[in-house]
Amino acid sequence: MGLFDIFSKNKEEKLKEGLSKTRETFLGKIGKAIIGKSSVDADVLDNLEEALVTSDVGVETTLRIIERIESRVAKDKYVGADELNRILKEEISSLLLENKSAGINQFANSDMPKPYVIMVVGVNGVGKTTTIAKLANKFTQAGKKVVLGAADTFRAAAVGQLKIWAERANVPIVELGMGADPASVAYDTVEYANKNNIDVVIVDTAGRLHNKTNLMNELSKIKRVMNKIIPEAPHEILLVLDGSTGQNAFEQAKQFTSATEVNALAITKLDGTAKGGVVIGISDQFKIPVKYIGVGEGIDDLQLFDREAFVETLFERL
Amino acid sequence: MFESLTEKFDRAFKLLKGQGHITEINVAETLKDIRRALLDADVSYKIAKTFTETIKEKALGRNVLTAVSPGQLMVKIVHEELSLLMGSENTEINLKGSPAIILIAGLQGSGKTTFSAKLANYLKSKKGKKVLLTACDVYRPAAIEQLKVLGEQIKVEVFSEIDSKEPVSIAKKAVIHAKNMGHQVVIIDTAGRLAIDAQMMDEISNLKKALNPQEILFVVDAMTGQDAVNTANAFNERLDYDGVVLTKLDGDTRGGAALTIRAVVDKPIKFVGVGEKMEAIDLFHPQRMADRILGMGDIVSLVEKAQEQFDEVEARKLQQKIAKNQFGFDDFLAQLQQIKKMGNVKDLVSMIPGMGKAIKDMDIEDDAFKGIEAIIYSMTPHERKNPTILNGNRRKRIAEGSGTSIQEVNKLVKQFEDTRKMMKMMSGGEGKMKNIMRAMSGMKR
Ligand SMILES: Nc1nc2c(ncn2[C@@H]2O[C@H](COP(=O)(O)OP(=O)(O)OP(=O)(O)O)[C@@H](O)[C@H]2O)c(=O)[nH]1
Ligand SMILES: [Mg+2]
Repeated sequence: MGLFDIFSKNKEEKLKEGLSKTRETFLGKIGKAIIGKSSVDADVLDNLEEALVTSDVGVETTLRIIERIESRVAKDKYVGADELNRILKEEISSLLLENKSAGINQFANSDMPKPYVIMVVGVNGVGKTTTIAKLANKFTQAGKKVVLGAADTFRAAAVGQLKIWAERANVPIVELGMGADPASVAYDTVEYANKNNIDVVIVDTAGRLHNKTNLMNELSKIKRVMNKIIPEAPHEILLVLDGSTGQNAFEQAKQFTSATEVNALAITKLDGTAKGGVVIGISDQFKIPVKYIGVGEGIDDLQLFDREAFVETLFERL
Repeated sequence: MFESLTEKFDRAFKLLKGQGHITEINVAETLKDIRRALLDADVSYKIAKTFTETIKEKALGRNVLTAVSPGQLMVKIVHEELSLLMGSENTEINLKGSPAIILIAGLQGSGKTTFSAKLANYLKSKKGKKVLLTACDVYRPAAIEQLKVLGEQIKVEVFSEIDSKEPVSIAKKAVIHAKNMGHQVVIIDTAGRLAIDAQMMDEISNLKKALNPQEILFVVDAMTGQDAVNTANAFNERLDYDGVVLTKLDGDTRGGAALTIRAVVDKPIKFVGVGEKMEAIDLFHPQRMADRILGMGDIVSLVEKAQEQFDEVEARKLQQKIAKNQFGFDDFLAQLQQIKKMGNVKDLVSMIPGMGKAIKDMDIEDDAFKGIEAIIYSMTPHERKNPTILNGNRRKRIAEGSGTSIQEVNKLVKQFEDTRKMMKMMSGGEGKMKNIMRAMSGMKR
């Protein structure tokens, strides 16, 4: 189990528990490896490399992190395992762009443009529709009025799936049925929001592989149609990444960003054993903040991204 | 951000360039690159490590044949090993039993429902089977509806119980229904589950116990990263599945997870998904997958071609001669013949992905060696063995006999001496195609 499901229960206590578990394992190893030494030796770096690579951080980013740690250590003349631990977390965290409004309850944020339009994109099966349901639930709980747009009119029963979630979250849904033009659905949803005093619009789109040009062009069109009604819309283009995806997530980020200017990331399925480390390099390279993480299949299983906790989990298992 | 594997191996070639045989030292950098390439392709960290160890053992001490560069040989070794790991071509699906029961399992979002329908369509249209699809994902909203829609598209009956939350009981009823209605195959679509979800893993293993399926297929997303090793193992421990299905291969992922899974569970990959359409299902081709993970072009067939032409015994003899400074014009001629036998030189060069440029620039024509051959043929056997005795008179005679000029003869002798020196310099000095070719390309006319 990841560290994340901890938060829903007894935050403080579980967090400590998680940390001590970490110390015994990866950091325990590191501690042993550095006793009596004044530099980071090959053993430590090997362990570090393994921890990062097996978390899907990727070789490129891993090498960068190691380099930075080596130079920091050389400069700071570090002394102990705790120190190294701190440096490690600082260096990795610094690569992760954090959601600006982290800390405050952003779902209740009253400065949001109205309606605030979120368009959700990603490859097949990453968890777009489920994430939408979770977001709808969070915004509703924070007192916002939400509408969902069923613009996945392609995958079998996609509209039906979103409808069920809309019911469960108790929010309205705009749909034109299966096979309808997704851009029209998006347009109608924004219009519905304008007419009905809605705070947040969330538009579902069909999963698509990023190397299919015509499908990527369709996304650009959906986006364009919405800003005909509201020039700034969609305010948020949320790329959903499956936490168990490897290095291909880079290509996903790249292609979806060039088709739609993605400005937020969600990582799903972090309730499993996958670590989602690939997002570190992505966040660093594309300067897109990670906003949400998915930690289960239930409607409440969504959390705001916390980069310290995220970094913590990278070293959990080793 | 990530270079393609081809580029990486090209770099590896460059590092090995000019080194005649594979040693611990010259292989280290290349192995590092191979390991890196595998990791970039999402091969599991540990598997990549053991895999490169294996490669190293196989590579060390291998003689590099005269026509093949060490880098190319390394690629061939890697490719062979990779294909071996990928398993054999086309492991058939087991359809014995009446009906044959196929249980589909995997993580959330891996593509089980789509695959179930594709498989039904495949068995129906390609194998002439009467198939029943069964909807046992009772959790995800509209999962049953999704399977029903697909069933309608492909005209395959779908068995479901909208109000039931008991996958085992639904599946059992489906089998009875199939027996009554004469369905030959029952495909059971199940909910996605995490390997660490004890309750859900109990559920799927209960399904197995209750149904005793002919085939359990583990469906996995080709884009999966390092977690593939955990998931494949955990599902295998509980289900001991019969085969693997790799989905979303129409994307641009290298699909290193395929290698990981093969290596950790030793189960065949039986099908691949290559699109969202119902026809987008393919049998697994291990060779293609190995190529994909490596990102290689025709390099393997090039190496094979070269090996066919080059007798290893000959190569070894040559090596000894060079070492003893006995390399003469006859040997030189023999080398030439070998290169010619390999076919059009430019064709060969173009088969080497990315790395052909250097040789290409030399602009070698097919008859580029004609003049050289004529000159050597005009030498006496004694002269060919002992090039040092080639004085002015002898050179003049050779020029006349070969219909060339004395300058051309001088040039060849000079090039030959250079080549010999160069070969001797290379440790173990088996010689290397490119160096010889470089020496010879300067000899034209
Ligand atoms: N364990 C877990 N499962 C999740 C999470 N998010 C989504 N899922 C599951 O992943 C599967 C696919 O989710 P969907 O929301 O349908 O994914 P999608 O991206 O909309 O899929 P397509 O529209 O088919 O491309 C479902 O079974 C979800 O229950 C998560 O955070 N954890
Ligand atoms: Mg969806």
